[in-house]
Amino acid sequence: MEKSTAKKNKIRLFKPGTSFKIFGVVLAVLSLYWAAINQTQASLNRILSSFPILYRMLVEDFFPPDFSYLPRVVSQLVETFNIALLSTTLAAFLAFPMLFFSSSTVNRNPLSYSGIRLVMTVVRSIPNIIMVVLMVALVGLGPVSGIIALTVYSAAILIKLTSESVETIDKRPIQAIKAMGGNTLQTIAYGVVPQIFPVYLSHILYVLEVNLKASVVLGFVGAGGIGQLIRRQMSLFRYDRLGLIIFVLFLAISTIDYISQTLRSKLV
Amino acid sequence: MIEFNGVSVTYPTGVKALKNIDLAINKGEFVVVVGMSGAGKSTLMKCINRMVEPTVGSLKVNGKEVTQLKESQLRKLRTRIGIIFQDYNLIKRMSVLRNVMVGRLGHTPTLSSLIGRFPQSDLELAMNNLKRVGIDEKAYTRADYLSGGQQQRVSIARVLTQQPQIILADEPVASLDPPTSHQVMRDLKRVSKEDGLTTLVNLHFIDLAMEYADRIIGMREGEIVFDGPIGEVTEETFEEIYGRPIRAEEIIGGQ
Repeated sequence: MEKSTAKKNKIRLFKPGTSFKIFGVVLAVLSLYWAAINQTQASLNRILSSFPILYRMLVEDFFPPDFSYLPRVVSQLVETFNIALLSTTLAAFLAFPMLFFSSSTVNRNPLSYSGIRLVMTVVRSIPNIIMVVLMVALVGLGPVSGIIALTVYSAAILIKLTSESVETIDKRPIQAIKAMGGNTLQTIAYGVVPQIFPVYLSHILYVLEVNLKASVVLGFVGAGGIGQLIRRQMSLFRYDRLGLIIFVLFLAISTIDYISQTLRSKLV
Repeated sequence: MIEFNGVSVTYPTGVKALKNIDLAINKGEFVVVVGMSGAGKSTLMKCINRMVEPTVGSLKVNGKEVTQLKESQLRKLRTRIGIIFQDYNLIKRMSVLRNVMVGRLGHTPTLSSLIGRFPQSDLELAMNNLKRVGIDEKAYTRADYLSGGQQQRVSIARVLTQQPQIILADEPVASLDPPTSHQVMRDLKRVSKEDGLTTLVNLHFIDLAMEYADRIIGMREGEIVFDGPIGEVTEETFEEIYGRPIRAEEIIGGQ
């Protein structure tokens, strides 16, 4: 008698039916994989058979790199870096005041708040390649179109990343400043800015990293810099020069990522 | 001079926090408000600088009706009312001195304050107030590197730098240990007497109240159930205010 009640009230670690749910989710994910493989006609065989081609390209075409081309590569790399630096700087100044409009902690006006949020969502939903193509059509080929496109895009990202930090700041100092007769601007300058400034600087550095990589890609569609060089050398089949470009890019991007990450870990 | 005339506060939730309060507090008094949590002590205090809006009634500070003030007039009033919070409400990442200068914002033109250009006399005032509470050597330390008692003293210096006429202190020692609580209360009483300020302090420790108050106001369920000078107050008074015997947790000890 005692034994049977003990069996009836057996305690399970998980809610009954959990294993069914897990099974269902695994099945759904697997069938998505199956559909993806079918659609793209991917097969292990095709990947494996590409290795000799890849090897030939790396060893025979890229080597030896054409080091006489280095000065040109470096000058274009500097242009790419300048595009990223300029657009990040402009975006940082553009985004800063908008931060406070797009955060409900500071902006109590629901109309301007949701208005700015909507504009930001629209801007972020445009891929930056499309933005560059539009800008190239407007201002012509070259770095200016890249700078404009990246500025707009990275301002939107900066606002998105940082306004979330503005929402989660400690509101008690703000209450104190208001209680002592500070006006709105003083409340922002003394209550909000000191709390978000390190986070904002860290986000600016992160956006600089992203912009550097993005401006390489954007060069492909005519925004100047090293991307434009890659595209030209590819269409000329100068893989020896391409090898050099890729090597220099790798060095430059890893160096800047390292510097930026070191600085960021000190900030927050 | 603070005058409450028939002031009631009903919160949107329907809670009646204050019920028809009549009260006059004279210039230079050091008043301690006691009562259980939820008795309306904090609401009573927050009405004075209108962090809480009275639902009905009239409230005058230095003869001026507070409930009718417009936004800019309210800011002007608030520059003369210092407030001390339970959690200090300092800006953690800013230096002690800059935190103290926050008390000067209401007296400084907006543009100058934004770029951090304060008159030298204001900086001297702030430094002197830090000296009065004994932490001037921490002026350039980040506020969150200080202990709780030191942070509360920074907030006393901040309030003094407002050059206020009134200080409101809402449970100023609730987050501190007994010896530190006594130190902070002593500092608060000393500076407010030195400057002749009207001070209202909410406390729930009855021995602290007995030791530092000139006058005690007892509250229960939104009403004032006791009001008298410290000489008239005995342990029985507190039992009347609380409506039950005193418990051990209402005595801080120390000292």
